[in-house]
Amino acid sequence: MTDRAAQVRSAAVLSDPQTLSTTPAALVEAATPQEARREGAPRSGGPARARRASSGRPGRRGRSHVVPHLVLGVGGFLMAFPFLWQIIMSLSTNAEVQSVTPNLWPAELQWQNYVAVFERLPFLDQLRTSVVVTLVRTVAQIVLCTLAGYAFARMRFRGSGVLLAVILSILMVPSQVYLISQYQIVQNLGWLDTIAGIVAPGLFSAFGTFLMRTAFLALPAELEEAARLDGANPFQVFSRVMLPLAVPSISVLAITTVLWSWNELLWPLVVSTYSDRMPLSAGLATLIGDKTTDYPVVMAASLLAMAPVLIAFIVLQRRVIDGLAHSGLK
Amino acid sequence: MSDDTITPTRPPAVPATTPPAAQSPAPRRRVLQRDGAWPWLFVSPLAAGIAVFFVWPVLQTAYYSFTTWGVFGGSTFTGLANYARLVVDPQLWTALGNTLVYTGIVLLGVPLAVWLASLLNTPGLRFASFYRVLFFLPYVAMPTAIAMVWRIIFNGDFGVLNYLLGRVGIEGPYWISTPGAANVAVALVGLWSSLGFAMIILGAGLKSVPPELYEAAELDGATPWRQFRSVTVPLLTPSIFFVLIITIISSFQLFDLQFAILGSQNPVLPKSLSLVYFFYQQGFIANDKGYAAAIAMFIFVLIGLVTLLQFRLQKKWVQS
Repeated sequence: MTDRAAQVRSAAVLSDPQTLSTTPAALVEAATPQEARREGAPRSGGPARARRASSGRPGRRGRSHVVPHLVLGVGGFLMAFPFLWQIIMSLSTNAEVQSVTPNLWPAELQWQNYVAVFERLPFLDQLRTSVVVTLVRTVAQIVLCTLAGYAFARMRFRGSGVLLAVILSILMVPSQVYLISQYQIVQNLGWLDTIAGIVAPGLFSAFGTFLMRTAFLALPAELEEAARLDGANPFQVFSRVMLPLAVPSISVLAITTVLWSWNELLWPLVVSTYSDRMPLSAGLATLIGDKTTDYPVVMAASLLAMAPVLIAFIVLQRRVIDGLAHSGLK
Repeated sequence: MSDDTITPTRPPAVPATTPPAAQSPAPRRRVLQRDGAWPWLFVSPLAAGIAVFFVWPVLQTAYYSFTTWGVFGGSTFTGLANYARLVVDPQLWTALGNTLVYTGIVLLGVPLAVWLASLLNTPGLRFASFYRVLFFLPYVAMPTAIAMVWRIIFNGDFGVLNYLLGRVGIEGPYWISTPGAANVAVALVGLWSSLGFAMIILGAGLKSVPPELYEAAELDGATPWRQFRSVTVPLLTPSIFFVLIITIISSFQLFDLQFAILGSQNPVLPKSLSLVYFFYQQGFIANDKGYAAAIAMFIFVLIGLVTLLQFRLQKKWVQS
């Protein structure tokens, strides 16, 4: 793939004298560690080239891209650096991590740090909690928010306006305001230090309801009417006709819920006391402060904790980025 | 990502979601039929959950903020006592100051994001998606996990940041354990992690700028900088406004990064903690739930006021 990228570049240089000026950019790029991560580039080069072809702006096509590549290359490296550093540190010895002159590469790759994550930390317990919590919340939010969002968008019933206003007003309230009371509810149910306690409030989402209502409002009504005339009951209309059309919005809901649930800190921290009952986010946060910290093992654990979400992001990049941009969620 | 509070604004630049008001009346009225009990079957599971876990807690917290909690549980109604205590508590004003400093530094990322987004949207730029993924990576990373490596980077004895600063003759502070510096360190990570999101929102806004405007500007001999200032920025103000609101609201709720980078035992905490950290400390470490409820209400009102102020300002300077 790298070869193909190079071919395209040299072809561009040959065919268009103006692009000769991109050569310095290529050199600068090669001088940064970007070059080492080239694998990701050709894949992303595809859509970019397609866009250029279809942009219909030949006047600007030949413009030199030295400045964008320089700035974005340096910026991109700064963005990626902590991840790269974390990988290097996770494969070093504790002494190498703590050496005053940074080691750019460990003398010997310490793969056993990754084994130590499973042996010395309650990593598997925390991973299981994270997975269960995230799955249950995501499935629940999809089911509940889709049903409610559809009713608010397409059905008429007494009190729907008031009910919707109340649910949407929750969106304006910062989470600290309901935290204390949520804690007490979970405590009274005897759910402290259980998965049920971590999961409970996150099963319901005002945001998701808002998102799905907007999605159903945008769908055409004709299909629905046809199904009703054929004698389908409202649930059949919803599940057979409308639900399949709402799949793109449901995937936005799923992405935001997974990301939020996997990374969330404050709530699980509050309702769980024992580290083997926590999800990964809270478990990692409570690792520190320990004077005898074994840095490389902590680095390996952090990388493993992030890995599922990061890999999913890299695989689904466009969909995730567009989805989050549409949702406006932070 | 610690909670799903959003502002009621939609990203103005993103065309995919049409405003509900524009489309709803017609189709909605046509579907008007007797649905009987069906709507309630659809709505009640969610509505019950929202009522129990969100609506009721908001009312309860408002009430708690007027009560004082005993050490062994049980609470008594004490009127405005918590608020009276709160306004003279120096810790509140320190926390507010720290939160504002953090917000200010993270906001520096917005002009930076405008510039980077316009570079990223250069027509025909190769590797654009690759850059986009790189800049977005910090946003999806688990804050507590990535904070672990930032603790090492910022380490005063063996951190790579102080090593690099030393190479250019600057003696870096003990970032994590020096009052002011600890705040700056957390804010730099906050800026790093939110830059990509701002760039994506702004990038979507840039795509809606008609290319003819650039061509006209170019014909008039406008330099790229002049085009950026006179075409890009004015047409981007709705997106910039949206990014500002999102950034301020989420910065006011700083907790995850600070907790993960500074830790819970750090002696620097009393001088560095954010409003939400202060809330967490009072409510769940000191177990002073009435007082914590008052802090939560303070944060609520503060965010409400900022949002209101921004909508006022929006009328003034967003060009539509």
